[in-house]
Amino acid sequence: MPWTRKDLLGIAGLSPAEILEVLDTAATMKEISTREIKKVPVLRGKTVVNLFFEASTRTRVSFEIAEKRLSADAVNVSTSGSSVSKGETLLDTARNLQAMNPDIIVLRHSCPGTPALLASRLPAAVINAGDGAHEHPTQALLDLFTIRERLGRIAGLTVGIFGDIAHSRVARSDLLALRALGARVLVGGPPGMIPPGIEEMGAEIAPRLERMLPELDVLIMLRIQLERQGGALFPSGREYATHFGLSPERLLLGRRELLVMHPGPVNRGIEVSPEVADGPQSLILDQVTSGVAVRMAVLYLLSGANRAAAAVEGRGAHER
Amino acid sequence: MNAKAEILDEAGIRRALVRIAHEILEKNQGLADVVLVGLRSRGDHIARRLAELLRDIEGSAVPVGVMDVTLYRDDLAHAAHWPRVQRTEVPFPVEARHVVLVDDVLFTGRSVRAALDSLMDLGRPLSIQLAVLVDRGHRELPIRADFVGKNVPTARREAVRVLLRETDGEDRVVIAAGEQERR
Repeated sequence: MPWTRKDLLGIAGLSPAEILEVLDTAATMKEISTREIKKVPVLRGKTVVNLFFEASTRTRVSFEIAEKRLSADAVNVSTSGSSVSKGETLLDTARNLQAMNPDIIVLRHSCPGTPALLASRLPAAVINAGDGAHEHPTQALLDLFTIRERLGRIAGLTVGIFGDIAHSRVARSDLLALRALGARVLVGGPPGMIPPGIEEMGAEIAPRLERMLPELDVLIMLRIQLERQGGALFPSGREYATHFGLSPERLLLGRRELLVMHPGPVNRGIEVSPEVADGPQSLILDQVTSGVAVRMAVLYLLSGANRAAAAVEGRGAHER
Repeated sequence: MNAKAEILDEAGIRRALVRIAHEILEKNQGLADVVLVGLRSRGDHIARRLAELLRDIEGSAVPVGVMDVTLYRDDLAHAAHWPRVQRTEVPFPVEARHVVLVDDVLFTGRSVRAALDSLMDLGRPLSIQLAVLVDRGHRELPIRADFVGKNVPTARREAVRVLLRETDGEDRVVIAAGEQERR
């Protein structure tokens, strides 16, 4: 089916066909990154602004590389550390950016819903690169792409997500996407990190790693955000590793073909031990490679949808 | 449905391809360093058929690649719908090879222009040649084919359809009056 959305704000609301469209397009895009000349001209003359209100290396660089491989002009704006009140700053910044007529804005913000706000105000396409604890759709899409590339399918697999489920936008987007394509999803984590009502999103709760491990085809370990916990939920990294970390010993409880994923950056020795992160069952670096292909696919598809919309309404005429 | 006239039947297509295969051999004095690259979505099948014929005639295998030029097209901004990108699979170096691009119909020349750019991004071939089953005229760019199955004078608004066993269940080339189909 043709892609018709102006923005990518989250996995919620995407149909399985739309998710598959991104994954299939990404499979094509991946080949471009293996060429000597890693660039195609399809987005030549398009301007993409990467607007990051939160620290990020991997996601920002991944978007930037994807943009450049499609020949778009990429501009990075990072405003971490800004002390001005959020709402006003965001809209002001956005209006100023829009005045320079970008085609796509990639937004990361600590406040949930900000991409939707921008999308409703600006004619530019908006891609959510993570909004607070809400969603991180391109991460979920690249996780699915990585799994499908390795195992050939999503439907029928059992995937575990373990860690701070409550504060994780990755967990949320992953859960929605995996369920949409027919995977069984088990979620677990330390007490207090599993949000009530998660079953309503289609997850089964298996609080302890030991319990979920034997059933899994894939295990997604989440990053413990030490900087945000403030010691409230567990005392220390070592304590977390002892009780909840994925050690080589715990990994043995899973099937031999179990694949381990992590959205990064990894706290080595806390949620995942170095032996596991660098081991043969780890897909962590494959995820990073997939990220570029998936973001190229999203950029390509959104450009198409917006070009079609512009043709119907007259370019730029749908500005509010 | 518009009236359709048949330009080539199954035997006609086969004879045209056999001749093209011989011409490729003649021009390149054999198959040394020759590779075929077919353009989706029908040039790839024609390229494979040519490779089979070349093997039958010359006794050696010629590599076949497949190219999707969507990402290099100049008419995306005007296309009726944003095309689905398919994979480019050229699993051999084109550097220092004689590359024969293969397509079903040569029309405006814009697909070939896109293919030339795409190919250059994969390496620096010794030469690039173009083989097409049908040349229907109406070029918009200074592009010509080295090997042509059949030259067919057409009106711009007519549509030339190449039907192949692999994709359509039969081998025929027909010309239909009516809506112009951009190639």
